[in-house]
Amino acid sequence: MHEYEEDGYQVYKMGLWSPGPGCHGGCGAEVYLKDGKVVKVEGDEDHPYHQGRLCPRALALRQYIHHPDRLKYPMKRAGERGSGKWERISWDEALDTCEQKMRDIREKYGAESMVFGQGTGRDSGGPIIFLAYAYGSPNWTLFGLSGIACFTPRLAACTMVMGDMTFPDAAQFFPARYDDPDWKCPEVILSWARNLQGSQCADHYFSGHYVIDMMKRGAKLIVVDPYNGWEASRADLWLRLRPGTDGALAMGMIKVIIEEGLYDQDFVEKWTFGFDKLKDEVATQSLDEIAQITWVPVEKIVEAARMYAAAKPAQMRFGQPLDSNAEAVASIHALASLWALTGNIDNPGGNVISRPVKGVTVYPYSTVEVIQLYGQEFVDKMNEKRIGADKYPLVKNFRSWAMSDDVLEQMETGKPYPIKGLWCQTNNFLAGTAQDPRRHYEAVRKLDFNVVVDTFMTPTAQAIADIVQPAGAITEKDSAFTTGIPLNPIYKVAETEEARMDWEINFELAKRLNPQAVPWPNVRALFDQRLSVAGHSFDSLVEAGWALAPKGDPTCPYNRHEKGLLRPDGQPGFRTPSGKFEFYSQKFEEYGLNPLPHHVEPLESEISTPEIHKEYPLILCTGRRVGVMFHSEHRMIPWLREINPDPPVEIHPDTAAKYGIKDGDWVLLEGTYGKAKRKAKVTPLTHPEVVVAQHGWWIPEARYEGDGNPYKVWDININQLIPMGHNSKSGFGGALTKTMLCRISKVKEGEEVSYA
Amino acid sequence: MPRDFASKRSPRKGLLIDYDYCTGCHSCEVACKQEHDYPAGKGGIHLSEIITEKPDGTYRIDYIPFTTMYCDLCAGRTANGLQPACVKHCQAATMFYGDVADLAKIMEDKPHHVLLTPR
Ligand code: SF4
Ligand code: SF4
Repeated sequence: MHEYEEDGYQVYKMGLWSPGPGCHGGCGAEVYLKDGKVVKVEGDEDHPYHQGRLCPRALALRQYIHHPDRLKYPMKRAGERGSGKWERISWDEALDTCEQKMRDIREKYGAESMVFGQGTGRDSGGPIIFLAYAYGSPNWTLFGLSGIACFTPRLAACTMVMGDMTFPDAAQFFPARYDDPDWKCPEVILSWARNLQGSQCADHYFSGHYVIDMMKRGAKLIVVDPYNGWEASRADLWLRLRPGTDGALAMGMIKVIIEEGLYDQDFVEKWTFGFDKLKDEVATQSLDEIAQITWVPVEKIVEAARMYAAAKPAQMRFGQPLDSNAEAVASIHALASLWALTGNIDNPGGNVISRPVKGVTVYPYSTVEVIQLYGQEFVDKMNEKRIGADKYPLVKNFRSWAMSDDVLEQMETGKPYPIKGLWCQTNNFLAGTAQDPRRHYEAVRKLDFNVVVDTFMTPTAQAIADIVQPAGAITEKDSAFTTGIPLNPIYKVAETEEARMDWEINFELAKRLNPQAVPWPNVRALFDQRLSVAGHSFDSLVEAGWALAPKGDPTCPYNRHEKGLLRPDGQPGFRTPSGKFEFYSQKFEEYGLNPLPHHVEPLESEISTPEIHKEYPLILCTGRRVGVMFHSEHRMIPWLREINPDPPVEIHPDTAAKYGIKDGDWVLLEGTYGKAKRKAKVTPLTHPEVVVAQHGWWIPEARYEGDGNPYKVWDININQLIPMGHNSKSGFGGALTKTMLCRISKVKEGEEVSYA
Repeated sequence: MPRDFASKRSPRKGLLIDYDYCTGCHSCEVACKQEHDYPAGKGGIHLSEIITEKPDGTYRIDYIPFTTMYCDLCAGRTANGLQPACVKHCQAATMFYGDVADLAKIMEDKPHHVLLTPR
């Protein structure tokens, strides 16, 4: 039963996602309503994903939903852009204005002159692509994030070299989870650039605590991380690498595994391509040199390689910092090669191929799926005008984003055609998403028409929007969680004033702009169609609560490459040109990239720019996650903010002493591109040469009255130290969020940031 | 929800925490506030972070959730056979509720536990 009554509460079972908890989890929850209002959220013990556990953000949901600062009505600006003055309008007026302005742009300049920006990839990505394509613009992007360096590079690299993405096997594909007889507990978990505390989910996907479940069942931990985090503190072996050198370290491990003959000969022979070329490549490298590059001593590289290769099975989880490597797909290729060398692909307890349950996506992202839905002709036409499509063949053929770095440049130059408007939905680029936020601010403020759709008035909405539209929170929308396991329904059980679910807003506007593109009578009919491949309608999925693919289905493990379940032609093997895992990637070669895994040094570093390093001796690692907040969200939620009250930078005690900094001091971080202030958190957990900063900070309680510094972003936004335009050669990856050099000093008296 | 602060139940109940696995996720704190409608600044459980140097020069991080005077061991929930809000939602599944004697037995088998008896 998805709905029942208990003690005068109406209780609904559903998957949680966003907006509200934020995140990429998809946890099963029971939402309690009284008098039509959400009053409590409990974990759902019947849900296989986390068996009743929940994160603090989900547990604080009612403070999010009923927050007095929620956007409640559509508004238009009642002064200059950025004046902080707003006027309430009706939904009709909001949509009429959008329709008219967007029609004007389309007629005068072409639909491609309107950019559609999303934030982190949640279900709102679907309606944004849907609206962009209905309108006729190819330019949907993760607006602001250099190289779209969050997950997409990992997804793209794995898809190129092995045809699919893998995830660590925590038995997430089976209803009985760890009790399923086919599952094996890994002997070793290699946790590479992950932060269990920061991802802060109870369970799988991008998350964390499944690692604990497996540690309790005997798994040992190897951790690769510059930071002495919780996992490093519990690790059997910890490799403290220099930020940005993951690819080099992985090549060192590959060298040891090959040259000591520790690889899985059977798997390598049957299921891989280009082994000899990889072997020749690592023969040219020396472990001493790799140790120098990575800061990891040779003994530890050797020990990690032996321990990982000896474990049967071993699994690897790898995190966002890989996407920030200078040539991200090359580093990721190196890590994935470790799975292939050791035969840990689609095996019980290893790295299992992860596809959406029964192949359901609420709306298609991949080029292959977009072609299925719209036809090759439409996609070809879109690619003619898509920003970056010519420059980055990998991007064009994998997932048709307009590339963020090039979008910004085109907004500034107007070449090869002008950009005139921005549809910005659930993207707070000024506080979180964008590198070099000042460049984005200047560029977007020059456009003719900007719309922001969000749940709160953000710095971005204040600074750039002409129209602001209120989005519905998680309990105020219909959707489905399809990007992870299991497939979960999300459905509307409550309302906040006039907030509307993102799908409904975009569906209505798409219908006005291009009725032919919207053959469905309503959003639920669209969902019904998308869910039909899983044998579900929207209602039946709600009733079922969640869905997993049965064993034997191509979207359920194991050893699908042996059974012919992975390739469209039904032959055994992987979805690559050779049908094998490619150490030597023919796709990379086709796209003009180095076909072999390799390391590329960061833009600034002790090796690439020793002179700059003398003046700016610290490495700035930003993007540091904290479990009570997701990206730029949750700064206004009292139960969460009290746990993480100030925008910090973590600094080692020795380094702090050297610069006369005490815990709690306001400090100035300066790099070659810009500066920002932060509150010093002095801790021995960070490396003496590395300072660590959370991203996404703004101060919602600093009321904004039009002084051009909405919610103090220009004081504290750490991305001001990070330039755009240095994304990887492949297009994907290379945001410099982990490797820019900086220096630090105490701010002068009277220049501290006050929140009043 | 009925809240029975005064009752002296026997045998005494407590919370056992295996702090080898507590990751400091804060779910226990927020779950308690939600359950009891406590505002920010007040709660039945408070998490402490303890950082200590290991013999090899690296650091160990431990978290100890400590019950405050506002913890009623979720009397309203446990009377209905439910787990306390913190225990149920603990992301590491590393909190246990029960009779003190039973919980102490678990401590005999494995180190790195704390037993809390708030009432
Ligand atoms: S047992 Fe209940 S009252 Fe006590 S800390 Fe846990 S949630 Fe709070
Ligand atoms: S909920 Fe569990 S893991 Fe999280 S802080 Fe509390 S005791 Fe630790």
